[in-house]
Amino acid sequence: MVSILKRSLAIITILIIGYWLAVAMSHIPFGQDKMLVGQYYLNHVKDQTGAVNAVTAIVVNYRGFDTLGEVTVLFIASTGVGALLWKRKRERTARVPGSVVLTTGTRFLFPFIVLFGAYIFIHGHLTPGGGFPGGATIATGFLLLYMAFTVYEIPHKGFEVTEGLVGMSYVAVGLIGLLIGSYFLYDWIWQTWHVGTVGKLFSGGFIPIIYILIGLKVGTELSGIIDNMLKEGVSGND
Amino acid sequence: MNCISCIDYIIIGIMVLSAVFAVEWRDLLAAVVGMAAVSLFASLLFFFLQAPDVAMTEAAIGAALSGAVFIFAIKRTRRFETEEEEKPGWWVRW
Repeated sequence: MVSILKRSLAIITILIIGYWLAVAMSHIPFGQDKMLVGQYYLNHVKDQTGAVNAVTAIVVNYRGFDTLGEVTVLFIASTGVGALLWKRKRERTARVPGSVVLTTGTRFLFPFIVLFGAYIFIHGHLTPGGGFPGGATIATGFLLLYMAFTVYEIPHKGFEVTEGLVGMSYVAVGLIGLLIGSYFLYDWIWQTWHVGTVGKLFSGGFIPIIYILIGLKVGTELSGIIDNMLKEGVSGND
Repeated sequence: MNCISCIDYIIIGIMVLSAVFAVEWRDLLAAVVGMAAVSLFASLLFFFLQAPDVAMTEAAIGAALSGAVFIFAIKRTRRFETEEEEKPGWWVRW
């Protein structure tokens, strides 16, 4: 009886909140052209950033500081997973080896998955994509390796060093912008030298550089999270 | 009838169906598959709505990585949800 009362109370509360949300949403003019800032970006993206893909130009160039924050959030999440699951001695405990189809398919597909991820983040300023999807794609490749081989582990030293160096390089690129230009994350490659032609691979100012850094960072961090989740602490030895 | 929009509605229907299954199934491994199906069809929908970059992110993170993380969690705990003590009727549970 109490439970039914509680549940009906919850349903009534949800209905009231839903009604409020529906009323608020009905006043928003969806699909109408009222965005002044968006139109400004679309008009000026080519000569201000040198990128064809306006989305990545906004994410990395106009709103570069936000992206630095996002990378920091991901780093904190990875650190949290590592801290929660920390044990002195941890090993992979999987016993059932992958089937022939899985292992052969993984051996065949893994280079192509990594190549596709690298393509996504290197061409971030030209085609849809960018550092975050590219890094996640690379991490799925490592997930496949973990699934297929019972003894496989990522090269921890290399991955951790890469992660730290790449994160520092992002800040360093921003600081060089502060030195040359006037503000943090100033696009010093495009705005001072105009390197490359718009629409080619070597263009877009520092967008490809930062996206290569972000792609490496996201890929190594997500692989590290997978590694942390899969390994179990071995008790009894210490 | 415009067939592009009817594909959209079919995908949305499958998404809602798999979401309901993901909540209702007692076998948690099957529920994870339902949740990954929601993400997969959401990524298809993003592709049809001309947002390929979001579609790529959704397919890689929503369908592959988060599903894997849930499966690792199930591997360490239990596979089946325990039955509730009191079972109210379907009209209350919905």
